[in-house]
Amino acid sequence: MSTVVTLDRVSVRYGRQFALRDVTAAFPAGAVGLLGPNGAGKSTMIKALLGFLHPDQGEMKVLDLDVKRSPLSIRARIGYMPESDSHIPGMNAVSFVAYCGELAGLPRADAMQRAHEVLYYVGLGEARYRNLETYSTGMKQRIKLAQALVHDPDLLFLDEPTNGMDPKGRDEMLELVRDIAHNKGMNLILSSHLLPDVEYTCDHVVVMDKGQVATSGPIDALKGQGGRVFEIRVKGDRSAFVAALRASGIECHDSEEDLMRAFVPDERGATFLFRIAAEQHVQVRHLRASVPTLEDVFAKAVGEV
Amino acid sequence: MSPIHDQGYRRYGGQREPHGRRWWVITRAGILSRIREKRVIVVLLFAWAPFLIRAIQIYASANFEQVAFLAPTPEMFREFLDQQNIFIFIVCIIIGAGLIADDRRANALQIYLSKPLTRVEYIAGKLATLAILLAFVTWLPAMLLLVLQMLFAGSTKFLREHLFLIPAVTLFAATQVFVWSFAMLALSSLSKSRRFVAIMYAGILFFTAAMYQALRQITGSTAWAAISPRDTMNVIADGIFRIANAPRPIPVAAAVVAVIVLIVAAMLVLERRVRGVEVIT
Repeated sequence: MSTVVTLDRVSVRYGRQFALRDVTAAFPAGAVGLLGPNGAGKSTMIKALLGFLHPDQGEMKVLDLDVKRSPLSIRARIGYMPESDSHIPGMNAVSFVAYCGELAGLPRADAMQRAHEVLYYVGLGEARYRNLETYSTGMKQRIKLAQALVHDPDLLFLDEPTNGMDPKGRDEMLELVRDIAHNKGMNLILSSHLLPDVEYTCDHVVVMDKGQVATSGPIDALKGQGGRVFEIRVKGDRSAFVAALRASGIECHDSEEDLMRAFVPDERGATFLFRIAAEQHVQVRHLRASVPTLEDVFAKAVGEV
Repeated sequence: MSPIHDQGYRRYGGQREPHGRRWWVITRAGILSRIREKRVIVVLLFAWAPFLIRAIQIYASANFEQVAFLAPTPEMFREFLDQQNIFIFIVCIIIGAGLIADDRRANALQIYLSKPLTRVEYIAGKLATLAILLAFVTWLPAMLLLVLQMLFAGSTKFLREHLFLIPAVTLFAATQVFVWSFAMLALSSLSKSRRFVAIMYAGILFFTAAMYQALRQITGSTAWAAISPRDTMNVIADGIFRIANAPRPIPVAAAVVAVIVLIVAAMLVLERRVRGVEVIT
């Protein structure tokens, strides 16, 4: 499968603080999730790929074009939906999107026609003559998507596209993102700290933590990567039990309240967990084999960094 | 059954404009959005009031011998452009102050610069927006006065005798337009509030003039005129319009250098402030 974005030993610093540290990554064509906790370096990576930030070292390519040498050619072929509220003051939705189309190189008439089409597509058809300053948070997210789509890019960067949206709006946004990636033949990189969003819309994932790539690959493959997952609830010295599991090479992380998820990397099963519990004098109140989720992949990857 | 029309997303297969013309998209949109505002229309129309008075003066001097003393001179054109300074100031405040400040407030710079648009094109687009509107209140009426003089006098004698007025009006109006446009644009990039930008602009303009007067009184040297853009521009105007007996606190060459320093400083500010992302370390 071809790659749409590659980073080779890229480092970006804010003053003396590294935001990206020696990052090497490849984003395949299709829908790729850029996952990581806040401050992991996701937005910095996107801004570096857009040419907003200049790396201290390393090389980056987008759609086989060098970011340093061909920034304009790259920007003509990508769409960017920023994380923060962004609009051009004093415009209504259709003027704004058409204006963005013209800035991206579309002739004036085509830009206006595309603006109407794209606004209908993102669900703002009825509100397209309203001033942007009167839009709700959800509508602002949609208009940001519309301006990123108007010039029909080959690659879309979406930075936290569901931020601040209500559950219904969030579902609709995720449907749009999924449709763009899977039915419209557009590549996209979705940056988010929300695992369900990435799991629903993307096929691949790159997990970032502390400015480095923690893990990457197809989501299905990462979820099915060796070993099993168990949900456990214990009564007694919980920390001693966790320490004993870790000493045996079993990673543990909290999921909800007093429930833990344990990753057993080999063929050892429930019997082994019971034995450890008995050795640590804790009662096992709940033990169930579970299906690995992206959350497990994330927790495991971030925990290993 | 499949729908007869799908209002979904469609790929675009049309033409794309070449790079290098995007600044004009910004300029056109900027001018159109500004002239939709009533207060802008009022100011732009009011800025032509001195033109009307001068036009009447030229008409009267050409047609009535009793007021022949009102006949236009090169000094009249220099005075006319000087009078327009008040409208340059107002246009800069109501149009220029928000040019970049509004974009910074709305985080629009990351939208602009994620498109195939260089920072130079963005600045050129914003600069041209203000420059065109300033030229509308300086260069255009001044040139029309020259045309009216020919029409009312029914001869080209005045123009032939003072042919230097065409380049002089053009050069000085261009100097006014670009100096004030660059200065205002640089200030506009420093804040997210157009009000604050307007206050800064007015403050700097009056403060530098006051500083010059104070330093002149204290030191007795008129060389301090170089710190006051208004006084520097006056020296340049007198030089361009060949006003021989005008007081020159500093030589024309020094005034030109001061103006160039101002423009370079504005460019440096713009280079630092117009970025897709603001990095605070």
